[in-house]
Formats: sequence, C-alpha cells, structure tokens
Amino acid sequence: MTLSRRTVLKGSAAALATGFTLNGRAPAIAQAANRTLKFIPHANLSSIDPIGTTGYVVRNHGYMVYDTLYSFDSQFKPKPQMAEGHEVSTDGKTYTIRLREGLKFHDGEPVRSRDVVASLKRWAARDGFGQTVMALTDEMPIVDDRTFQFRLKEPFPLLIEALGKPSSPVPFIMPERIAQTDPTTPIKEAIGSGPFRFLANEWVPGSRAAYARFEGYVPRNEPIDGHAGGKVVHFDRVEWVIIPDPATATAALQRGEVDWLEQPQGDLLPVLEQSKDITITSYDPIGTVVLLRFNHLHPPFDNPKVRQAVLAAASQNDYMTAMVGNPKLFRECKSFFPCGTPMSTGAGGEAMVADLDKAKAMLRDSGYKGEKVVIISPTDLAYLHTLGLVTEDLLKRLGMNVELVATDWGTVLARRASQEAPDKGGWNIFHTTAVGVEFMSPTSHLALRGHGRASWPGWPTNPTIEKLRQDWIKSGSLDEQRAIAAQMEREAFTAAPYVPIGQYQLPTALRRNLTGLVAASAPFVWNIRKA
Amino acid sequence: MITFILRRLMAAVPVLAVVTILVFSLLYFAPGDPATIIGGDLATPEEIARIRSVLGLDQPFLVRLAIFLGQLLTGDLGTSIFSNLPVTHLIAQRIEPTLALATVTILFSIAVAIPLGTLSAWKAEALIDRLVMVVSVLGFSIPVFVLGYGLIWLFAIKLQWLPVQGYTPLSQGVGPWLANLVLPMLSLSTVYIALIARITRASLLEVLAQDYVRTAKAKGLGDRKVLGHALGNAAVPIATIVGIGIALLIGGVVVTETVFAIPGLGRLLVDAILRRDYPIIQGVILLFAAAYVLINLMIDISYAVFDPRIRY
Repeated sequence: MTLSRRTVLKGSAAALATGFTLNGRAPAIAQAANRTLKFIPHANLSSIDPIGTTGYVVRNHGYMVYDTLYSFDSQFKPKPQMAEGHEVSTDGKTYTIRLREGLKFHDGEPVRSRDVVASLKRWAARDGFGQTVMALTDEMPIVDDRTFQFRLKEPFPLLIEALGKPSSPVPFIMPERIAQTDPTTPIKEAIGSGPFRFLANEWVPGSRAAYARFEGYVPRNEPIDGHAGGKVVHFDRVEWVIIPDPATATAALQRGEVDWLEQPQGDLLPVLEQSKDITITSYDPIGTVVLLRFNHLHPPFDNPKVRQAVLAAASQNDYMTAMVGNPKLFRECKSFFPCGTPMSTGAGGEAMVADLDKAKAMLRDSGYKGEKVVIISPTDLAYLHTLGLVTEDLLKRLGMNVELVATDWGTVLARRASQEAPDKGGWNIFHTTAVGVEFMSPTSHLALRGHGRASWPGWPTNPTIEKLRQDWIKSGSLDEQRAIAAQMEREAFTAAPYVPIGQYQLPTALRRNLTGLVAASAPFVWNIRKA
Repeated sequence: MITFILRRLMAAVPVLAVVTILVFSLLYFAPGDPATIIGGDLATPEEIARIRSVLGLDQPFLVRLAIFLGQLLTGDLGTSIFSNLPVTHLIAQRIEPTLALATVTILFSIAVAIPLGTLSAWKAEALIDRLVMVVSVLGFSIPVFVLGYGLIWLFAIKLQWLPVQGYTPLSQGVGPWLANLVLPMLSLSTVYIALIARITRASLLEVLAQDYVRTAKAKGLGDRKVLGHALGNAAVPIATIVGIGIALLIGGVVVTETVFAIPGLGRLLVDAILRRDYPIIQGVILLFAAAYVLINLMIDISYAVFDPRIRY
C-alpha cells in the first residue's frame, strides 16, 4: 500500500478536525462541562499544607478540601459549621463542643474529637490567635468521639471567634494521623472533610490541580451567609488552571476555556469589560489593605518623629491611583483596621494630612541626619513594586536619602526577615498587602503589635499597644472592644508602626453564565452554579 | 564510531559533575531563602529558623553538598521543598510537553527554513531572495512573547480556531495535541526559521560558487540535481546551526511555555527559581546540561553522515 500526499493531508485534516470540533461533539460533553468549573487561581498551588504555608492560594485550596468547626457570617459573627454547637460553663472557663453527626473524611473515616484536637494543636503552633488560645488553655480533654472540651485558665470570650478564624492559617480539621505532622514539615496527603476531594494524582504543581465533589459531604441546612451556612455544591469537578501570564489568563477567559479568573490584572480589565460574556465583580466585601512598613530597629525609622513625617507626607490617593488605577475599586482608609469593619474607628487619622511642606518641616525637626533609606521592592509582583516606586519618589521629595533595591519576591522575603542594619543585608521599608479580614481584629492583626524583635518584620516595641491588645482580648461587649480599638488606633497614628496606604477591592472576572458567587474573603466554589 | 561515541559519553560524566557542583554552589550563595517563603508573612524568626532546620538548610555547605551528591549517585534528585513531591516525578510530569514543543518546533523550522534558504540562494539577489531575507530579519527581531500574544489574539480570540493555552497529551489524540501546539510552535519557530534560512542561504551560496558546481552545470546536469549535491555539501554548517538551535530552544521554551501556559520543564524551572526550590532547580538544570551534551554528540555524529571525509 502506498500513501499519496493527498491521502496524508486528508488524514491529517480529519485528525485535526477531531480536535477542533470538540465543542460540538455531543450533548453529554456539554453536560459534563456544565458540571465542571474551570478556575484560574491568583497564584500557583505549590504546597497543599494550609497550616505549614500561609499563602492565600493554599488557604483557598484548604477551603476546598477541609472544613472548620465554626465560620464567620457576613456580620463577622462565628457560627457553627462542623460543630453542632457548644456549651459554656457558668464560670466561663469550660467550653464543651459537640460535632455534627455523620461528618466523614474523604478516606471514609468518621471525623472524631481526637482529629479535631490534633488539628487545632497543629494550627495553634503556626497562628498568633491560636497561640493566644493555647496560652489560655489548660487542657483539651476528649469526652467522646463527637465531644471535646477546652478547659481554660481564665474566661476567654473570643474562643469561638478564634476557632472560626477565616484567613491564613485557618483552623482546618484534618485526620489525627496527618495533623500530628510537625507544623513546619509539609503534610503529604490532602484528606479533609470539606465539600471537595483533592485529586492528588492529577496535581501538576505550576499547571493544574483538580478536585472532585465529595459525595459524603452533608451541608448545613442554613442558607449561605459569608463563610457560614450550608456549602451546597453544584459542580462534580473543579479544575484549577494555573496560568501565570495575566494576558494569557485574560484571553483564556475571553475564549471560554475557563469559567472564572480570580484576579484579573488591573490594566486588562477594560479588555474584559468589553465582553458581553464576562462579568466583573468582587467576592470580598471587605477588600484588601495596603501598607508601608518601617523597620523600627535601625535609623532613621527607629526615630518616631521621622516615621510621623512620612505618615504626614503620604497621600493614599497617590498610592492607590498608581497601584489600582480605577477609583471605583479603591478607597482611602485612614485607619489601622479595615474601613467598614467593626473595629475601624479612624481615631487619630487626622495625622495623615498628605501635606509635603508640613512633613518637610517635621522631618527637619526630627533630627534626621541624612541616613540612607533602603526600600526593598519586588519587581515580579508589579503591584507591590509600584508602591516602592511611589515611596521612593515621595521620600526624595521629602528630602531623604533613598535607595530602591529592586529584586524578586523571594529575595525580598529573605531580606525582610533580616534584623541586620540596612547596609549589612537589612532594610528600612517594604510594602505589602493583606486581605482585610486578617486585620479586622487585634488578635490577628500582625502589623499592629509591639513586642519588639519577636513580632512581624519591622519589629516595633510598643508596650501601650501590647497592653491595649490584651485588654481587647479580655473585653466583653462590642462597645468596649471599639473603645479599646480607638485607643489602639490613636496610639498607632502617634507611634506609626506602619503607614496605612489604602484599601481596595480585588476584581474578579467570571463568565456570565456563572451565578451565586458567595460574598466572602475567599473565592468559594459552593453556592455558585453554571447556567 | 562506536569508540568515539563511548569516549564522548564518558567525557560527559565530568562535565555533568562540574555542572552539578557549580549549580549547587551558585544556589547556596545566591540570595533568597525558601524557609522565608514557606513561613510567609506570619512567620517569626524562630519559626523560620525551625523550618530551615527541618529542611536541612542550616547545615554547612559541604554537608549539604555531600548529602546532595550521595542522593544523586543513587538516582535520587531529591524532593521539592514546597510540594513534597519527588523531583523525578515532577520532571516526568513536565517532560512530554517540552519535548513535544521542542520537537515540532525544530521539525517545522527545518521544514520551512531549508527550502526558504535554498530558494533564496538559488535566486540570489532576485526579489524572492530579498523577500526571504526581509522576513528572516523580521523573524529575528520580533520577541517571542509579542508574536505569541499576536497569534493568540488572531487565531484564538478573533477567529476562534485554536485554543489559547494549555497542553493535551499525545495519548488523548493527535488532533487535540496538535491544536495546543500550533500557536506556541509558530511563535517559537520564527526565530529558528530566520536563523536556519540565513545560514542555509550563506552555505549554499558558498558551495554554489565552487568550481565543481560550475563543471557539473557545464556538463549539463539539471538544476535539481546540482542543487541536491550542493545542499549535501552545505549540510555541515546547517547541521551545526540546527544543533545550536535545539540547544537555544531550551531557553526559548521558557518564555513560550509561560505565554501559552504549557506545563513544561521551562516553567517548572522558572517557578522553582522564584520560590528557591533548590532540588527542582538542580534537577532540571542537570537534565538540561545532559541534553546539551547529547545534542552536541548527535551533531558531531551527523557531520560524519553528511561529510564522508569526516571520520572519528
């Protein structure tokens, strides 16, 4: 038999056609497509340990696979999720928590109290709020397979709030055998009791992760409300498609190859807005806060007057315009707690006058001696690098001696951890962002601490802030909490542990046939469905 | 020839050993620390120190090098610091897309560039020659990612003929496999087509000016036969440039894989560098080094095939 050129061409054309006409092949495929959600996360899923690694993408993976004892509703109140409920002893020192009936892990094992206790211990080893809980806890006895207790040294009204903590690291519940892994060693299996099973054999880090609906998951009966309520799933399969290039991710959504692009790049939004098949919205009602962090260990920012001068010079509008662009997506927020959340009082916010002349005078009076200010800035995270450039310009106009060290995020993180002087591998300023939910409570607010070298990079020492934080933890009513939060803010605007430089809504882009997006601080895949 | 191949393969061992030690040393002294990335924003200095200890990153240089070399000798490239998956597993997941993209790109480039270069040399100074050279200068000048975006816009968004991104394994059918490869292949091959076409033209022009070609023509040999002989004699520099092209492809695929979201080795390496995932960086670079050595060997062997005067 001989093959003519024409035969080969015909065969090739037929083979190609098979690939190119997949969309019109059969109703069964279309139906399967309706039961599959293709989602582009904001970053690569490089780890599957939501306790060992605190990146938001790993947290979001955690929400797919794991469940929590309690969850916050849209009013930031903790509601039972895996828990059926709890009882508090009259002295307020014993909490008895009972699990819902029929909870199962993806490996078929029931969720038992011992799994919960082991999981909470691992979580607490990595979480500031968790450490507060454990410091106040005498023991966690197991009553039976579905019941366990917290026996506290003293009453701690925020315990249930801690167990419903919504952001990294989230107190996810995993089997005891996995939860016993050292908190700094990554776990090897993703077995949870959440609404989706992780398909480990399909995980290609940097490219793809896949999840299948967990048939054994029983959602709560309450309607969805923030992180709380019944997680009713309408997809059999969810695929995370990792596309690092923003333009390609945008094109994939335009083409309909994916259903949901978690974080479209700001300058590509106009392209997506032109498409009648795409909706641009936001899932996080609080938004993201942005900050400029000083290193308090070394000159010139060991001097509070120099920090106050920068605080007085900074214009939130300049920063947010440069970073976000679209004024509909950001707001000025002169508060150390995210605007729109209960603890945000704005007390002392008048210190942020955005007046360069006044700031120059303050700097002159501060005793600044022309020390070099080293700003570390990651060029591979364009939005953060933009902030570095704005600060460089601002400080130069202020009359400071500035060096912008532009490098990659990995190097910024390593250098940021150094407590050495800036000329010996340290730094003076970095910028970062945090989802608002993490900064809405003094218990989880990393940047509003004052315990010196043991605290988050920047290492401010401020006994007043620390005392107010302790008072807040022990306080009872919301009014009392707000009063203490106002004092904390006033102190912070004087001591300037960092400069709050705005708050913005992260846009998210979906195909128009997706409905039911949950308003929460993470992109949840329950409640949402495809028409 | 067999002795030559064996000798060259033996010589590759010290080359790979030097590459291994060099890469390990560079990574050791480079700034960045995976422990700070794993720890994230929340980590205290004590936690970072503990993570470093668990990962063995607090060990002295020689101890870490000895552990790494010991693993390597048993065929173990280590485990990813972040995903906890074996590096060999990660490479196995990624090798097919990279090999597929590199293979179709180089085959397509050769299939287009050699006829173009030949035509250009045969019609030297004619309009077609000028046209080919203008196109090849353009091919050199357009960055791969710009061309990639342009192709996506035209063929995926506007015409909706081809997918924007991703990779379908060959096991799922030739059609879907090729559909995902066409655009990356086109954008990546442009520079190689330009390179190979120019070298083909230059080599052929040199051969066509030789006395024996004029003699062959004078004896009445047909154009096609003359060109066939000339091309054979011009093959050595063309083979060299194709070999260099294959080696350069290893760098080229990094950008193309990123633009078209192809899960290949290039992206694996870039992601690993950004996260300081040392075992992956070491494993992939070692693999690339071995590929370079192998490509060079194949090019040397091809010399003997194209030119009977060359014997090893």
